[in-house]
Amino acid sequence: MMSNIIRTKNLIHDYPKCDEDGNVIGSYRALDDVNIEIEQGSFVAVLGHNGSGKSTFAKHLNAILYPTEGCVWVNGYDTSAEEDVWNVRQSAGMVFQNPDNQIIGTVVEEDVAFGPENMGVKTKEIWDRVNYALNAVRMNAYREHSPNKLSGGQKQRVAIAGVVAMRPKCIILDEPTAMLDPVGRKEVISTIKHLNKTEGITVILITHYMDEVIDADRVYVMNNAKVEMQGTPREIFSNVEKLKEIGLDVPQVTELAYELRKRGISMRDGILTIDEFVEEYGRLVK
Amino acid sequence: MLKDITIGQYYRENSIIHRLDPRVKLFGTMVFLVSLFVADNIFGYIIATLALLGVIKLSRVPFKFIVRGLKAIVILLLISVSFNLFTTPGTIIWKFGILKLTYEGIYNAFFMAVRLIYLIIGSSLMTLTTTPNDLTDGLEKALGFLNKIKIPVHEIAMMMSIALRFIPILMEETDKIMKAQRARGADFESGGVLRRAKSMVPILVPLLISAFRRANDLATAMDARCYRGGEGRTKMKPLRYKKGDGIAYLVYVIYLGLIVGANYL
Repeated sequence: MMSNIIRTKNLIHDYPKCDEDGNVIGSYRALDDVNIEIEQGSFVAVLGHNGSGKSTFAKHLNAILYPTEGCVWVNGYDTSAEEDVWNVRQSAGMVFQNPDNQIIGTVVEEDVAFGPENMGVKTKEIWDRVNYALNAVRMNAYREHSPNKLSGGQKQRVAIAGVVAMRPKCIILDEPTAMLDPVGRKEVISTIKHLNKTEGITVILITHYMDEVIDADRVYVMNNAKVEMQGTPREIFSNVEKLKEIGLDVPQVTELAYELRKRGISMRDGILTIDEFVEEYGRLVK
Repeated sequence: MLKDITIGQYYRENSIIHRLDPRVKLFGTMVFLVSLFVADNIFGYIIATLALLGVIKLSRVPFKFIVRGLKAIVILLLISVSFNLFTTPGTIIWKFGILKLTYEGIYNAFFMAVRLIYLIIGSSLMTLTTTPNDLTDGLEKALGFLNKIKIPVHEIAMMMSIALRFIPILMEETDKIMKAQRARGADFESGGVLRRAKSMVPILVPLLISAFRRANDLATAMDARCYRGGEGRTKMKPLRYKKGDGIAYLVYVIYLGLIVGANYL
């Protein structure tokens, strides 16, 4: 139990449906009976296309939304308990999709300091934390720049630093690469992996890019408000038919191996990387 | 075209004036403005002029930057000067119809002009030597006492700094929307004032919607980063008075003394 940083039990979330006058006329179920347990220090990916409920799920982990039914525990705190809201938000930092809309400071280092300032951390320690966070995302060279002059990937790294400076146990990233170019995407993903591997921060990456989840310890696939599949990336991508049925793509090599197998070449299941494919193909050709 | 607009008019330099605490500069500007209205003879204005020139020299801001601020008040200056010139009663020097040029009028007009020009120079010296961020910080700290009468000083300062952060973003967005509308044949350049104003509507509506969306996102992001108002909040760069700041306050007292003293000459 204690090693689980995040646990949800029968989590249900309903959004109210309103008519034009603002009267509630019903509800829309965005999360339906979600049971997820996330281990401290792991790298977890949540996959799903638009409207699958994955962003709603992310907002529950930060006490931005509260469960309609069921429970969410973050670092042992119940998110629906009002007195623990700040503990929850301190334990689980959140990075959003649009880098521009989450940077508050007009100078990079001041933005990174925003979280610790709100927590009432002493001035000297704020400086230590800002240095640590900017180093962790490799943005120290830009500390006195204006965020407006940075690229999308750099801005997103600043946003991640802003969360890291709060010393959270876990970081939730809600489609952090959706608005970035390929270079920016690579920067951000490698930063996330670095934080997970060397700083031991639990990472929950919410995305719809398949190639970002290959290195995850565990993948959850969401569809129509439910967790449809879960397992290691290999287990998930072995089930190409099911993924296609949900409307998700698989990584290119996995797709190629799948198509080859369909045409009678005995490729094994769950090939995720080009290296694996080459090795498997080499075995077959021999 | 929209890129040219800069907010605030900070001139980057590392002078003594730049390094002063923003509160000192705010207070100094106040002192200077008051002194302009206290001084009522030529000696007072000589002292004010010397003080102003001294500060300009110390700040190392090029003179043309300082004069630039005056462009905005040229019309105001002309109006107030001509009113003073022709409507002050007194010894008539020259008369044309109802226009009377009087000796007192010239005197008044001259001092009014000097007052206005110094006022603008004095306050733009503050904005030239203080970053908008420092200025907001300074205002928040200096006006902190207003909290007692339930004025949300911290919130206002926070709003100001967020506005500073988002102005360039919204400018860029305006540019983008204009380009998108132009690509579909919108015309922003021709026609009279009314027509041009009307053609701005298709820009303002999407801009406003996006601003609201951004505001909503930002509020969520601030919540997620534990923002809960000014109470219990610490600062990465707290304002602290240094030795130079004390000296500056001393200079203010001496300056005010001289101005008041000059009135008795």
